[in-house]
Amino acid sequence: MSFLPEALRLHREPLEERMAAATGHDALRALERERVGEDGFLALLSPAAGQHLEAMAGRARDLTLRRFGRTVSLFTPLYVSNHCANHCRYCGFAAPNSIPRSRLTMDEVRAEGEAIAATGLRQLLLLTGESPARAGVEYLEDCVRVLRPLFPSIAVEVFPMAADDYRRLAAAGVDGLTVFQETYDPDLYADLHPAGPKRDYAWRLDTPMRGAEAGLRVVNIGVLLGLTGWRREIFVTGLHAAWLMKRHPGVDVAVSLPRMRPHAGAFQPASPVSDRELVQAMTALRIFLPRLSITISTRETPAFRDNILPLGVTRMSAGVSTAVGGHAKAGETGQFEISDPRSVAEVCEMLKSRGYQPVFKDWEPLEASA
Amino acid sequence: MEHTDIFELGGKRLTSRLFTGTGKYGDDGLIPAVCEASGSQVITVALRRVDLDGRGDNVMRHIPGHMTLLPNTSGARTADEAVRIARLARAMGCGDWIKIEVISDNRHLLPDGYETARATETLAREGFVVLPYMNPDLYVARSLADAGAAAIMPLGAPIGTNRGLRTEEMIRILIEEMDLPIIVDAGIGTPSQACQAMEMGAAACLVNTAIATAADPVLMGRAFGRAVAAGREAFLAGPGAVSALARASSPLTGFLGETGGAA
Repeated sequence: MSFLPEALRLHREPLEERMAAATGHDALRALERERVGEDGFLALLSPAAGQHLEAMAGRARDLTLRRFGRTVSLFTPLYVSNHCANHCRYCGFAAPNSIPRSRLTMDEVRAEGEAIAATGLRQLLLLTGESPARAGVEYLEDCVRVLRPLFPSIAVEVFPMAADDYRRLAAAGVDGLTVFQETYDPDLYADLHPAGPKRDYAWRLDTPMRGAEAGLRVVNIGVLLGLTGWRREIFVTGLHAAWLMKRHPGVDVAVSLPRMRPHAGAFQPASPVSDRELVQAMTALRIFLPRLSITISTRETPAFRDNILPLGVTRMSAGVSTAVGGHAKAGETGQFEISDPRSVAEVCEMLKSRGYQPVFKDWEPLEASA
Repeated sequence: MEHTDIFELGGKRLTSRLFTGTGKYGDDGLIPAVCEASGSQVITVALRRVDLDGRGDNVMRHIPGHMTLLPNTSGARTADEAVRIARLARAMGCGDWIKIEVISDNRHLLPDGYETARATETLAREGFVVLPYMNPDLYVARSLADAGAAAIMPLGAPIGTNRGLRTEEMIRILIEEMDLPIIVDAGIGTPSQACQAMEMGAAACLVNTAIATAADPVLMGRAFGRAVAAGREAFLAGPGAVSALARASSPLTGFLGETGGAA
């Protein structure tokens, strides 16, 4: 089982032409339906649907409220290593970039975990650059054992693994997986990843499926917005999410919507995504998949994050540092620039002032019980 | 007026037949006011959200002391996980009541009847007051009764949809056939729908989303409390017979007279 045939089929489809042909009326018809299928999703992503953004936002807000209530789940990333074997042309951590490289010791991991836990956060995203040699499965297992007493929920965003390796991590206490395809366009993908294990488009594409097969509860997918035309990318992202949901109905499928920001390299987004377009992308995803978890990152500014909150967001990062060891000590080089530097307490205050409850804990680990 | 209509469940004597929840509130600080306004005496809480060790706000802090806690196994995908969550809830001091939710389909959030029955059997044997959430299916309901459930909690519509009593005919069958109390759980979107379920003879209703996501949850809680009470009274009063046919005030056969002969 693989999403590859479907991804390649979609790559050959003239999606842009179909979207250009969609009318505002098509978008409105999709909004009136109880369930929106692929054609409706396509219409909602079309340029013509942009004129109905307010109506899309209303529908997205209602669906989100019904399914998730007035709650937003909070987490923070913990970077434990920035060693990386990949050559992603858009990434500050890419192997050719001469930045200080480090990997935290277990004492440092504990110190970082304690600094994060002191903010009240209980959901953690453990991150590394992609270097199985320097931060492999065993190292990650060790990290999870150190962090587990502090965090009921730990997800990983690390190099793509085989299902058996995910099973090992799950046994250590990992319950979620984040892996971004970056772009679903195989040609652009090859161009952006000229060397390193990440060149393997198909292996990365089915990583979320392998995580789901290994029993992880949450798989979070996404593209890096700005690399190429967003309408096609979001359409394929939505279909990939739906494909995963259908095959693994017990898994909570999440989508992140990271937009490219300046970073240590000199890569600039070829197709920048405007605020209005990001809102269209997010509301279309919500209407197509009412139960989808949607994550919005600190790449976005505080004002923008606050305003899009009711339109579909269910998970936010807070108190973020994208540098290795950045929680316990400041001033390290991060993977990308953060636009929302607010502390956990400040994000909580913002959520409460807007009538939302920050959720710190949403899973009870079972491995040590009964 | 003294309450004569007592709902006995799990050794408790309840005067309110509205069960409420703790999920989806923008502010858990509203929970005490909702409990008071609605008159509810039983409240369900997802153990996965309870954080006794954390520094963040803890939902348990907001639940008034007089409420009967009904921890639920939200997040369980198998009977085994539900059993472990229930034991954790008891160990954490949440009492012996447990609402079993076993769901391995996050798209539709429909409960798994087979796994639910297995978890019910184990937990009932361990002395829990087991309230299983289920699809309204007569055979599953019988399995749950055999397994030791204290009540049966059929869904009115998929969780969180507020779509009302879509499964009305199936729930009606459960009410007719089962000796256990039937508590309609999930899908109720408006007070009138809760009232309708009670008129049908449901023993109670559990309502969360419709209250928690209302613009004014406290006012909506009060409305649900009244609707459930009204529906219950209507059921006890025995509604007048409903006919599909209009009754002419001058009957067509009136000329026949009482004895059938000419007047």
